[in-house]
Amino acid sequence: MTGQTDFPASILSTWKHRHLLGLEELSAEEITLVLDLAEKLQAATESGRVKLDLLKGKTVANLFFENSTRTRNSFSLAAKRLGADTVEFSSSGSSVSKGETFIDTAKTIEAMGVDAVVVRHGTPGTPHLLARHLNGAVLNAGDGPHEHPTQGLLDLLTIRQQRGSLKGLTVALVGDIAYSRTARSNIWGLLKLGAKPIVCGPATLVSKTWEKFGVEVAYSLDEILPRCDVLNLLRIQFERQATRPFPSVHEYGLLYAMTNERMKHTKPDMLIMAPGPINRGVELTAEVADGPHSVILHQVTNGIAVRMAVLWLLLGRRATT
Amino acid sequence: MTEKIHESNSWLIENARWIDPGSNFDQLARLLFVDGKIVGFDVLDGDLPPDVQRLDGRGLIGGPGLVDLGTVFGEPGREEDETLTTGLMSALAGGFTSIAMSSNTLPPIDSPALVQFVQQKAARANLAKLYPLGCVSKERLGEELAEIGSLVEAGVVALSDAPRAIDNTALMRRALEYCSMFNRPLLDHPEVLALSRGGVMHEDMTQLVLGLPPIPAEAEDLATARDLRLVETTGGRLHLMSISTSGSVEICRHAKSRGVAFTAGMYVSNTHMLDEQLRSFDPNCKINPPMRSKPHIEACLKGLADGTISILSSGHRPCSLEKKMQELDIAPFGMVALETAVGQVVTHLVRKGVIDWLGFFAKLSTNPAELLGIEAGTLRAGAPADVVLIRPDLSWIVDAPAMKTKAYNTPLHATELIGQVAATFVDGVLKHRV
Repeated sequence: MTGQTDFPASILSTWKHRHLLGLEELSAEEITLVLDLAEKLQAATESGRVKLDLLKGKTVANLFFENSTRTRNSFSLAAKRLGADTVEFSSSGSSVSKGETFIDTAKTIEAMGVDAVVVRHGTPGTPHLLARHLNGAVLNAGDGPHEHPTQGLLDLLTIRQQRGSLKGLTVALVGDIAYSRTARSNIWGLLKLGAKPIVCGPATLVSKTWEKFGVEVAYSLDEILPRCDVLNLLRIQFERQATRPFPSVHEYGLLYAMTNERMKHTKPDMLIMAPGPINRGVELTAEVADGPHSVILHQVTNGIAVRMAVLWLLLGRRATT
Repeated sequence: MTEKIHESNSWLIENARWIDPGSNFDQLARLLFVDGKIVGFDVLDGDLPPDVQRLDGRGLIGGPGLVDLGTVFGEPGREEDETLTTGLMSALAGGFTSIAMSSNTLPPIDSPALVQFVQQKAARANLAKLYPLGCVSKERLGEELAEIGSLVEAGVVALSDAPRAIDNTALMRRALEYCSMFNRPLLDHPEVLALSRGGVMHEDMTQLVLGLPPIPAEAEDLATARDLRLVETTGGRLHLMSISTSGSVEICRHAKSRGVAFTAGMYVSNTHMLDEQLRSFDPNCKINPPMRSKPHIEACLKGLADGTISILSSGHRPCSLEKKMQELDIAPFGMVALETAVGQVVTHLVRKGVIDWLGFFAKLSTNPAELLGIEAGTLRAGAPADVVLIRPDLSWIVDAPAMKTKAYNTPLHATELIGQVAATFVDGVLKHRV
């Protein structure tokens, strides 16, 4: 199977972006295009049993300045399922300690003949700076608390698959909004596709200012729970917090952990999502994570699909021309 | 491009519009200076010395040379950012004839030996005049008082740990008391570090979206209130160098109305650069105080217009390209501004009617000179002929690498400014001319 006939280059001509840096700058139509394409690619690869050659001859570099296993592997698998080669770079600690700036590092990697760089970094804007200095495509795989566009896309795809559409759905993002890139990418995606996002968590992690963007702000999970269609339980980013924004994990759990007890007060078909890695017992209990409402593993599967879609959109044109 | 520099120190500058805030003077006139000293505006042809050089100032605005407070250079210790020579050349190109240089060197200026070192180096460079600021605290660590008496003896014009804030309230109180004995002003950068530590940008909507670590406005407001309350008790002379929030302006205005003696200033970039510029993620936009949001800028402009804020400083803080080409959280604060300050103020304050030309020279020359007690900021007869001529309507594009400053970290690169320095005289000698 070549895939070329099933995926006409005409799709590519509607895609105007050289990089994928965030969902804030994508339109509703562009997001929908990615989600549609992701489903087609998911079907065409039969969830990994068939490889396509849409990106044959292309090389995708994973450049991770922060630890990651799932996102990195997901991008690698996505690239490989489209026939691209992958190369892995990881670097922990600041670039200064090595006497090389991260821009130098990325330029070095690009000089090895790389067509796209997937970058994760602890500082917001780092992919944007790379995009200014590199010739190839830059995919943001998470820049500090700023954006994680493919996570946002896979969350949207998961909800859409379960509910058919996002329009009118009430989706609560619960927990550490301040330090969460997943929250920001979700907020933009949900707003653009007509859903009603709520950010919910301790006041120290949930800014009132979100209301100015049309997002509901809530501090009591129990109050909003009965009207939510989806709960996306965000991981507490202990590693980014200079001073702990709540007194204890125990108290956080009392107020915000999704437990079987809380599940009794939800809509019967409510979806439980979590971007992972999850702190079991902090954001949600094991029974809820593994329970019937949970679509956490669907999210992981969909991650590969949306990453195939964006890789092809960014690199496909160069492959066909 | 700098033409041949004339070594003559006697000039007659004709047909320019002259501004001298000290005497409220604003009119077309000709200014004579002889042997490096101002003679005056009303000179008869018969009184002109035979060797006087003439310069046609048609279309230009002239005034006392500009005086900058807290300018950061890198020498000694960070010559990769700026040397005294490149810094002082940058000053001349920007119309600044007197620089009160920050104590922020390596090692910091906390001993008479360092004061003498920078004074001698600057004298040898023979460019703009350099007045060192001395540290308030030993090693600029904010823990115990530096030997302020010895620093004053060695010639510092004021004491300051800026751009670092004096976080320790007890030290601040002691410093105000101690400085008052020597009648030297203390220049503070108001910031409560417990609230701003690790911050990259102003806390508001843009910051929320970008997820960059916040610098909340109240970090400045609280320090401003603290300093003003302390100086009320201690007496002494306080200058708040870097006001940038609506809260600070309000607190300053209130203190002035109650008769508290102090002065407030701000950096030119904080008068017009919006936090939204950080959307570019350009580390050159990382400055301190941070670029604020519109309501703060508008409040600051009102403060400038009504005199609550009486001094404008460049906020010049050079950082080498290697340092700025890093992640935003690691990249140091600062932008170079000596050579863009005139253009920034003319474009964003004078042309928009926030201040007039008398206000321009008052805030950039007369008031800071008066604060420091130096012979500058005036065109009265007998004063040193430190003079700047400005082309008020000239539009130009900032070309950062072409500037005299060694580092060229500025987010203004490739942007348009109106108003440019045409010539700078120090002690009557033409030191810079475009």
